[in-house]
Amino acid sequence: MSVDQDPFEPRIVGFLCNWCSYSGADLAGVSRIPSAPNLRIVRVMCSGRVDPSFIIRAFQLGADGVLVAGCHPGDCHYQEGNFKALRRVLLLKQVLREFGLDERRLRLEWISASEAEKFARVSREFTEEVRRLGPLHLAAAPAAGHAVEEVAA
Amino acid sequence: MISLTIDGMETQVREGTTLLDAAGFLDVKIPTLCYHPWLKPFGACRLCTVEAQRPAGYELLTACNTPCAEGMIIRTDTEHTRAARRLVLEMMLARWPNVPVLRKLAEEIGLERVRFASAQRDEAENACILCLRCVRICEEVVGACAISYEDRGIERRVVTPFDQESEACVACGACTQVCPTSHMRFEAEDYRGRPRDFLLGTNTAVYMSTAQAVPKVPRIDADSCIHFKTGGCRKCAQVCEPQAINHEMLDEEMEVEVGQILVATGYGLFDPTPMVQYGYGRLDDVYTSLDVERMLNSTGPTGGKVLLKNGKPPRAVGILHCIGSRDENHHRYCSRVCCMYALKFAHLIKERCHEAEVYNFYIDMRAFGKGYEEFYMRVQHEGAHVIRGKAAEVVQSPAGKQDGAALLVHCEDTLIGRFREIPVDMVILCNAIEPQRDAGRVARLFGLSRSPDGFFLERHPKLDPVATTTDGLFVAGCAQGPKDIPDTVAQASAAAARMLATISKGVVEIDPVRAEITEEFCSGCRICNALCPYKAIDYVEDKNVSYVNSALCKGCGTCVAACPAGAITGYGFNDRQIYAELEGLLAV
Repeated sequence: MSVDQDPFEPRIVGFLCNWCSYSGADLAGVSRIPSAPNLRIVRVMCSGRVDPSFIIRAFQLGADGVLVAGCHPGDCHYQEGNFKALRRVLLLKQVLREFGLDERRLRLEWISASEAEKFARVSREFTEEVRRLGPLHLAAAPAAGHAVEEVAA
Repeated sequence: MISLTIDGMETQVREGTTLLDAAGFLDVKIPTLCYHPWLKPFGACRLCTVEAQRPAGYELLTACNTPCAEGMIIRTDTEHTRAARRLVLEMMLARWPNVPVLRKLAEEIGLERVRFASAQRDEAENACILCLRCVRICEEVVGACAISYEDRGIERRVVTPFDQESEACVACGACTQVCPTSHMRFEAEDYRGRPRDFLLGTNTAVYMSTAQAVPKVPRIDADSCIHFKTGGCRKCAQVCEPQAINHEMLDEEMEVEVGQILVATGYGLFDPTPMVQYGYGRLDDVYTSLDVERMLNSTGPTGGKVLLKNGKPPRAVGILHCIGSRDENHHRYCSRVCCMYALKFAHLIKERCHEAEVYNFYIDMRAFGKGYEEFYMRVQHEGAHVIRGKAAEVVQSPAGKQDGAALLVHCEDTLIGRFREIPVDMVILCNAIEPQRDAGRVARLFGLSRSPDGFFLERHPKLDPVATTTDGLFVAGCAQGPKDIPDTVAQASAAAARMLATISKGVVEIDPVRAEITEEFCSGCRICNALCPYKAIDYVEDKNVSYVNSALCKGCGTCVAACPAGAITGYGFNDRQIYAELEGLLAV
């Protein structure tokens, strides 16, 4: 990585499902497989739990890219949550396009509990892709905190 | 009951009993040839001729197919019967002079000279003497009707339909069993429809799976059983006195309700055939570990003797470690058990063939368990050779060497830094332990994850090595990863204890991660009802709200994400918590 020439380090939020992708990330750590430190992980029980508003909120709070990762189709711990994630992400990509956001900033991946290599690879590839896309500058820092309070209340 | 006299002995027999059987009960021997206890009386050879007393002299009868009648007076060995039998044998010997069974009968009867000459004279010792037992057993017992006789008189012979290879033949071998002259025989025993006993031999279609089988009952191999091919036979059922054999039994699918499941589906073995350099399946006397395990078994096909295919004991044996394991091209993991069983083989071969040299070709010797290192030392003291270096190839020895070994093992001995060629008679391949072939299907069935090597994944490699990510589902043994017997017993015991702990507690703890609907916010739109994969959400009609049954909810949160009113809270992962997490993550 060319940190010296390029000071931009993308901030990426990864929503990882507890059973496959988070375990895969865990395995990558245990196996000492280097993955990109740019990925900031939020554990959810299932990729189906990822509310599209989480993704939008992440962008609002200053994320340059969002990764949603779940079990491979057919392997979902909750039978079919990953299919729901797939539907939501595809729909959200269209919405993001309307907003003028590059849809490549949102990525959906299937990573099983044994695919530590894949997790590491995805984290690196996605970081590089977002690095090429440049910073998003969406964060409206002071407003963000209030907005969260409102939505959650 | 019928009373009659045979050779002066009065006897009573049931109606329908033949004279031959009646004589048999009295231990009176009558020579027979075409008779076989499994077959219907045929009366073709007429060797069993006996004399029945009649008011005006006597009558000659064939004992095998004449039923006993009230008041009969039978003599089995008289001038007349001997003359009749001699004539029959004389005519047969004229045609088949060298058949041992005929010569033996001639000797017993005292036939010294054959007066006839036959145009069909056949000098062969295994000539067909047309007793037709083969044709009859194929029809009456087997039910295949694959052979019959054609033509008549002296032209008669036993053939398959149109003298062509017959599809009706089920390769049971019954005809070879009943043939008195060994005219019928198996050209290639390999084609015989019998269950294989590894590389070493075949079993009968009814067999005991192992000598230690529990329950100790034989099994019928439906693929080899004659009855399942032709509908005939059932000889086993006829001879079984308690009538325990039921050929009508079918596979049954049962539904059993259980609260917990232990998945201990075991392992498969790596097939070394694709590793052509080791010659498994191509060269004689190259065996896998399981073949040899069977050979060393005292109830196995060789009775525990270490033998080559030619029946001789080996003079040198090569044991090749890591076949398919610790191999980039096949399995990268170590199969864990091979080093120790290879040493056990070395020990047992040394014990059973004192003269034999045993060579172990290893990459690393992994004697990791309690007492294992000591055993490794012991085997070395017994004179087994250990060569550090994976064997590269097994080849046939060049033909020129007269009393040389049959095989050569090429290897690099890394401890002396040389390539070596070791002559051996037998090669044992320690093939890798691998996941069962249908492990993927089983994993999907139970919702199990698999590790990269294909074995079932435990919940945590150190802290929870018997549970899986699904509550109530446990794994043990080689289904979870290669392991030896002590480790398997330990893991299985742990799994059993975990299951019993849940049972004895009497209650099941539910994960606090679950969803709950706030009634005030719920608009009763019922979007969540259809989303729940566990049907945990019910719609309460009179309140016009949905309701989550927390005993059924697994906490995936799909409904939480979907609720347009934000009325569902996912405990542990509610919106507020995740927003806060995001804020924290992105604060810097």
